[in-house]
Parts: sequence; structure tokens; C-alpha cells
Amino acid sequence: MTDIIRLTAAQTAEKIASGELTAVEVTEAHLARIEAVDEKVHAFLHVDREGALAQARAVDAKRAAGEPLGPLAGVPLAMKDIFTTEGVPTTVGSKILEGWLPPYDSTVTKRLKAADVVILGKTNMDEFAMGSSTENSAYGPTGNPWDLTRIPGGSGGGSAAALASYQAPLALGTDTGGSIRQPAAVTGTVGVKPTYGGVSRYGMVAFSSSLDQGGPCARTVLDAALLHEAIGGHDPMDSTSIDAPVPPVVEAARSGDVRGMRIGVVKELGGEGYQAGVVQRFEESVEVLRGLGAEVVEISCPSFVYALAAYYLIAPSECSSNLARFDAMRYGMRVGDDGTRSAEDVTALTREAGFGAEVKRRIILGTYALSSGYYDAYYGSAQKVRTLITRDFEKAFESVDVLVSPTTPTTAFPLGERVDDPLAMYLVDLCTIPVNLAGNAAMSLPCGLAPEDGLPVGLQIIAPALKDDRLYRVGAAVEAAFVKKWGHPLLEEAPQL
Amino acid sequence: MTVTDLLSYEDALASFDPVMGLEVHVELGTRTKMFCGCSTELGAEPNSQTCPTCLGLPGSLPVVNAVGVESAIKIGLALNCEIAEWCRFARKNYFYPDMPKNFQTSQYDEPIAYNGYLDVQLEDGEVFRVQIERAHMEEDTGKSTHVGGATGRIHGASHSLLDYNRAGIPLIEIVTKPIEGAGERAPEVARAYVAELRELIKALGVSEARMEMGQMRCDVNLSLRPHGRSTFGTRSETKNVNSLRSVERAARFEIQRHAAVLTSGGTIVQETRHFHEEDGSTTSGRIKEEAEDYRYFPEPDLVPVAPAREWVEELRGGLPELPRLRRKRLQEEWGIADHEMQSVLNAGALDLILATMAEGADAASARKWWMGELARHANETGAELSAVPITPAQVARVAALVAAGDLNDKLARQVIEGVLAGEGEPDQVVDKRGLKVVSDDSALGAAVDDAIAANAAIAGKIRGGNLAAAGALIGAVMKATRGQADAKRVRELVLEKLGVQG
Ligand SMILES: [Zn+2]
Repeated sequence: MTDIIRLTAAQTAEKIASGELTAVEVTEAHLARIEAVDEKVHAFLHVDREGALAQARAVDAKRAAGEPLGPLAGVPLAMKDIFTTEGVPTTVGSKILEGWLPPYDSTVTKRLKAADVVILGKTNMDEFAMGSSTENSAYGPTGNPWDLTRIPGGSGGGSAAALASYQAPLALGTDTGGSIRQPAAVTGTVGVKPTYGGVSRYGMVAFSSSLDQGGPCARTVLDAALLHEAIGGHDPMDSTSIDAPVPPVVEAARSGDVRGMRIGVVKELGGEGYQAGVVQRFEESVEVLRGLGAEVVEISCPSFVYALAAYYLIAPSECSSNLARFDAMRYGMRVGDDGTRSAEDVTALTREAGFGAEVKRRIILGTYALSSGYYDAYYGSAQKVRTLITRDFEKAFESVDVLVSPTTPTTAFPLGERVDDPLAMYLVDLCTIPVNLAGNAAMSLPCGLAPEDGLPVGLQIIAPALKDDRLYRVGAAVEAAFVKKWGHPLLEEAPQL
Repeated sequence: MTVTDLLSYEDALASFDPVMGLEVHVELGTRTKMFCGCSTELGAEPNSQTCPTCLGLPGSLPVVNAVGVESAIKIGLALNCEIAEWCRFARKNYFYPDMPKNFQTSQYDEPIAYNGYLDVQLEDGEVFRVQIERAHMEEDTGKSTHVGGATGRIHGASHSLLDYNRAGIPLIEIVTKPIEGAGERAPEVARAYVAELRELIKALGVSEARMEMGQMRCDVNLSLRPHGRSTFGTRSETKNVNSLRSVERAARFEIQRHAAVLTSGGTIVQETRHFHEEDGSTTSGRIKEEAEDYRYFPEPDLVPVAPAREWVEELRGGLPELPRLRRKRLQEEWGIADHEMQSVLNAGALDLILATMAEGADAASARKWWMGELARHANETGAELSAVPITPAQVARVAALVAAGDLNDKLARQVIEGVLAGEGEPDQVVDKRGLKVVSDDSALGAAVDDAIAANAAIAGKIRGGNLAAAGALIGAVMKATRGQADAKRVRELVLEKLGVQG
């Protein structure tokens, strides 16, 4: 018997299309898996059993009626709890939205439904996507399937953990500073942050509007490409969405040829402070690429050293404004409305109870950075750094096709280790943040286990804006080479749950 | 209530020079809201015209209404402004329950239009140029209704109801540069500016600009400085002054109030003030101890607006005839004096006269009725002329009846009186009241005979060639026929019967 849950999305879709499996069988297998392991992993905040089965039945009916099926028809997906889903809870990992049933679907949700993808449920995340470990979730942390006492990354730790524990073959994430790529790196999965504007943000609860980008998460590069194609493309409901066709990501993922490509190693992303096993696996990856016929050069991006500081001004500034709407007036939690208190008091009490410490910290930080008298020094300077970083990338891409770096400086650290040290937590996203600031595209994919702790290491590939297909071309080549070298996908080395 | 000390207006102006700034918000008449597809229709059920975007639901995003941008550019062009080649929206962050996102999507240091002017004509025909600082795009807020308090104010209310139908309706905020040099005419300039701006907006067809409906709202900022001083004094900001008359009164009141404070050695506090229609006074609102910090920053959810130059020129080419020029043209066409045209404008009669002409009346009679009978009625009832309960079509019908000789002026006035009293259309009033001119000779002949018989002495004078005396006999006939006689015919009959050549 096929082990349904271990199939890739592409294989699953193929078997459903051919009639070898029904969508209902596939969905039931994944629901059973969730039942069996998620108590330990805690990847899901909400499982929509009925909704998923209804969608699966609809796919089977469609096939029975001879209607054409999309390339991902019947494939289950775990959705980060940041995308609105009509009538299905959407909490963004926060108490302040506990019990909220959105009256509308995000564009991504709509597109997935139209593509006959089966949405299993909503996954855990750091509250409002602020964090790198899911420990900021108001609903408790998620465990890393490689070691349940360690972090699965964040903010999209739930989605990555769902993939790594075979609870779903596809997942959705959002990446503001690394929230797709860093969880992918530490769980041995694939995650892509598309070019800013490549995937609609409509219905994606905003953290930092100019940095947030939804994107695909999967266990293989091809699966990520199929999902990317399903959710990407122009959306008239999002003014910042790019009015251009989705880059040919699926084609690139199927080709995987890097001969003659020029690849730049970013000098500033690596070296001192990086875990030895991470550096070792990264250097091996570079050798693999060279062996595949790519030309590798070193590239300097001097402004990247300011990226983290700029990010922690821009993201909190935007979030301080984006989160102002959570005032207990229209939806979500309301505390202290006993008929004697003013609207201001009720808002204050609700925010006090409804927002976690990290969210409050960033709102305060951002409010300060935008204040008159401080704006130029903080928000203004950060925007200048952003321009410099963008120029560094532009200059780099004049001489190379893609850039590579480790995705994270270390492998997954133990839960609880950095919760009281925000700065140490912020450093986790050192390598991923420059990409968000510049708005271009990047992928993380597994490149082995660090010898010292046996935990996954991620390779980051960075492409120019609108050239997302290059990620898939390079990613597919590296993936194929490693699978050949290891004899199996990396995830097969993960412990059984 | 505390009584505010005021200096007499003359004394205030003797010592001080007023400086004004006017901020006018205009609700655009676009079919949909500024950043979503919801209807802007007034009067709908509360919260029936809302969606995730204008309710500020988590995840929702704005999309700019292209017609809103076009309207803003038209207003900018009509105000002789430069139009930005590239500009952004900005978030103005502050908390208020009727503002769904707790920030207003507005523009900050990159307005779509800037650096313009508007020439306004004062009552005596003098033209005053008001410099325009900027015109920018933003969205309206929802509406709060405070329930349970005494005055509809939030103080003392038990709860508030929120209606978000208005949230997101496009607004253009037009801000003047400091208006200096108007002296004692400052309140008049303020009124004339708002009036001219309203005409302009209406002519552009971008809004009906009805102040009584809140489609146009004015804030009056005012400060005084001693004559000869170039630095500005501390200003007060009188919010939501919502009629032309109120704009003038608010400015005048603040001049007198500021002057009283300053001459008694006090200082003006920078504050917002509420205007009171009942007595034209203002009272203290919120004191701005420190400038409110709106933490403006460029709206990251919207892309910059970069109107192509060709498009701007196309819009410029398509601008309608602007009100001041149109008025000049009409005045020439009608052949009336400056002061006559000015009283038409002051009475708010121009559009009504034009509408009446469009219904077939000639200019002179349309003007005569609106500026005479109807203006008097408006004055007596304290209503705006446009609110008098008669339509231009009805006035045109009365004029047509007069032109056809079916009514004389006196009867026409009675017909109008009937229409105003709700007795129906002019023809119905004529029928019901029996107001047709009597020109039938047999009916008139008897009345003339009676009059001659009753006034033998006068009849004698007329026979003797004193034609001026005929007026008395005509008057007697008119009296006897209760004014319904055709006066011209009566005169003919009197002379005929007395054998005198007219
Ligand atoms: Zn709406």
C-alpha cells in the first residue's frame, strides 16, 4: 500500500488524477496523521475536518464528472493562520482575534479553493508573525519534528512542522523577515519568499505591509513551484501586487540546470558567529553547485550589516499602525465593557489582555520611531538603509544570476533558550532580512545535517526581483544532487513520531 | 455658560490685523468610495454600505479610486495649482472609534495639488486673490451617534452607535495659505472664498458641495497681530463651520474675541473651537498643549500616484467654464449692471434663474421673480432661496402665463403665493383661485360704467382732457374686479366711453 502521507504533492495530484487515489482517501489519511501526531507537534491551531472533506468530495465528484482538474487538485494543504478564511477561525496566533470568524476569504484562499486544493486547517505561528520560534504564539509553541524540544522556526513554525511531520504535503507561509525561510531551514523543508508583490496580500493579516510576502512551503522544490504558481499573479484587490505573469517557476523546477550560471557567495552572510556545521554544509553546497557546472564568485554587499537595525525600525513602525485597528470596537476580543467604562478604557484593557509581550514591544518601538522629532533619525534613516541594500543587490546581480548564503546562522535551538533575550532571537533572521528590505525573491532548501547536532541546515538562494524562476532552477539542481548523494530526501532521516 | 468678552469689531480692527487660514473638506460625488467598491449613496441603512476594506478588517487592503484622483486633479487645476508628477498617500495615525483602521489614509508632504490661487469677488465687486497652499486626497470617517446624553455629545451619553457607511468616502481637503491683508473685510473674504469654492466644485461636477448635507465643511483658523507686525499671532481653529453665513460670523466673532483677550493683556491659547449657529459664538474645544503627533508615514499599502502629464493636460483642456468667467459672460448677455449681478449672486439666485430660463422663461422675467417676490419670501422665512418651495419650472410657467397675457403681475404674485402655500401647480392655483385676467368687454364694460357713475367729478376732468386722472377710474375698476381686470383694456374702455382719444 502507498504511504499516502509521504507522497509529494505532485505525486499525490497525479494519483488522484489517474484515479489511483481519491481526494477523500488522501484527505482522510492526512486527517488521521494529524490526529496521531499533532498532539505532540502542535502544528495546527484549527483543523477544518468538515471543510477539508467537503472540498475533497467536490474534487472527486469533479473527476467523476469528467471535468478538468488543476495540477494540485485534491492535494491537502496546511495554511498559516494569517490568511483569512471565510467562516473558519483566523487568529494570527493572537488572543485578540480568538473566536473571530472572518466574513471573507483572502485572495490566496480563494485561489487555492479554485485550484481544488484541500485546506486541512490553520497552522500555528508567532503572534502577528512577530518571532522566529513560534514561542510568541498565544496558543503555545510548536515542536520541531526533528526534536520536539527544539524550535521549529518562526513565525511560520506550524506550517514547516506540518510538512516535516507529514501532516500535509503543502503549506502556506508569510515572510516578513524570514518567516518562511528560517522555519524551512530548521525543519529540513523548502520555503520560498516570492518577489514582493508576487503573491497577493489581500486577506493576509498585516504585520509590516512593505515587507510581508506570502509564499509556498513544501517538502520538494517542484511542489513549492506548483503551489507558487497556484497562488501567484496579479490581484486587483492588492495595489502592490505585480501586474505581470507569474515567472515560469514550474518549468524551472523541472529543468534544474545550472550549467553556465553565475552564483555569488555573499561575503557578509557567513563566517564568525555562524555555527560550524552550518558553515560546513553551506560550503559543501557551493561545491555541489560548482560541480554542477555553475561559476561561483564571492560578492560583497557592504550595506547588509545595517539590515537588521533597519528592519527593526521599519517593521515595528508599520506594525504600530497596522495593529491600531485592534481596538475592541468591531471584532475580536473585548475586555472590561461593563457599561461604566469609556471606549478608550475598554480598548486599553483589551490590548493589555489580548496582545503578547513581543507584539507590545514592537508597537511601542514603532510608535516611538515614527514620533515627530524622531522620524528622520529612525524611520527615515532605515528607509535610506533600505535603498542602500537594494543597490547592493542590484550591483551584485549585474555580475551574478543568484546569490547564496546559509539561511540561518545556527540550527534549531532549544525551546525557551532565547525567549528572554529578544536581541538573540532577532539575530536568527540576519541572513534572510536583507531580501525583504529589497523586495526580491529567495528560497531556503535543505543542504544536510550539521554534524555536531544532527539537525537540518538550510541553503538560501536569492534571485533578483521578478526572477523567482531562477530560485527553482538552482534549487531543483541542488536538491537532485543532494538526494543522489544521500540516497534519499533529507526528511527521511527525521525521527519517527 | 460663560460669557465671552468681545471687543467691538471697529476697535478690534483699529488695533489688529487679522490673518486667516481656511481648510475646506469636500466630499466627492464619486459613485464608490475612495479605497473600495462600496456605494457612497446617502441615506442608506447604517452599515449597509461597508466591506472588509472600509471596515478596516484584518487583512483588507485599499485600492485607489481613479475617479477620485481625477476629481482631485480637476479641483487642483481649477484652483490654478501645480499637479504633482509623483505623490504618495500617507497614514495619519490617531485613535477614534468611528475610524475603522485608527489611521486615516490621507496625504502628508506630497499633496496631489499645490501652490495655486482662487480669485474671489466681494460684494462691491472688488476681486481678492486667495492663495492656495494645497489640495490633497483623503478618506472620510464613519459617524458616531451618542445616545443617552442631553445634547448628543459624547459627554453624559450611555453608549454610542457607529455607522461606517461614510467611512472611506473620498474627501479633498483644500488649504489656503495665510490670508493676509484683508483687514476689516476678512470675514467677508472668508465667506466669498468658500462661496466661490463651492461654485467651482459644483461647476466641475465633482461634488454637489451641499454644506447643509456635510458635503462641504469648513474650518476657520484665525489669528491677530498688531498693525505693522509681520509675525503671526497664536491662532484658534474653529471647526466644522457649515454654512456661508456661519463662516463669516465665525471669523468676525473670533476677531472680536481675540482682540478682547489681547487688549486686556491676555494670551491666546492654541485650541480648537466649536461654532454655535444659534448665536454665532465659538466656545473652547480641545486645547492643543502640544501639537498632536499623527506619526505620518507613507502608506505602504498603496503605490504612488503619478498622473501622466498628457492626462493632466487633457483634464485641463476639458475643464468647464469657471464660475467667475461664466458670471461675467451672463452679466454681459443679460445687460445688467455690476451691482445687479452682485445682488443676484448674493441672493444665491444665479442657478435658479438659469434653471428657470432652461424651462423657457426669458432672462428678465426669471430674474424679476427670483429677485423680487421669491427673494422676499426667502428673507421673511429665513430660508435659503433654493429652499423656497417652488421649482424653476413653476416659475417659468408663471412667467409664460404673464407673457401670454393670461395673468398680470398682481395676479401672478397671487399664483406664486398659492404655489408657495402648497396649493399645487400654477395652473391649478389659477383655476382654484379664479385668477384669470378679465379682458372680456361685457364684464369690464359694466364695471367701467359703474366707476364712471360713482366718480362723476373725475370723469369730468378726463373729458376735459386731463388724461392723468384716468388712473383713479382704472383703480376703481381694478378694485371692483379684485385685481383681475386687464388694466390696459380698462384704460381703453374708460377713454372710449368718455369719448377721449388715448
Ligand atoms: Zn467598502
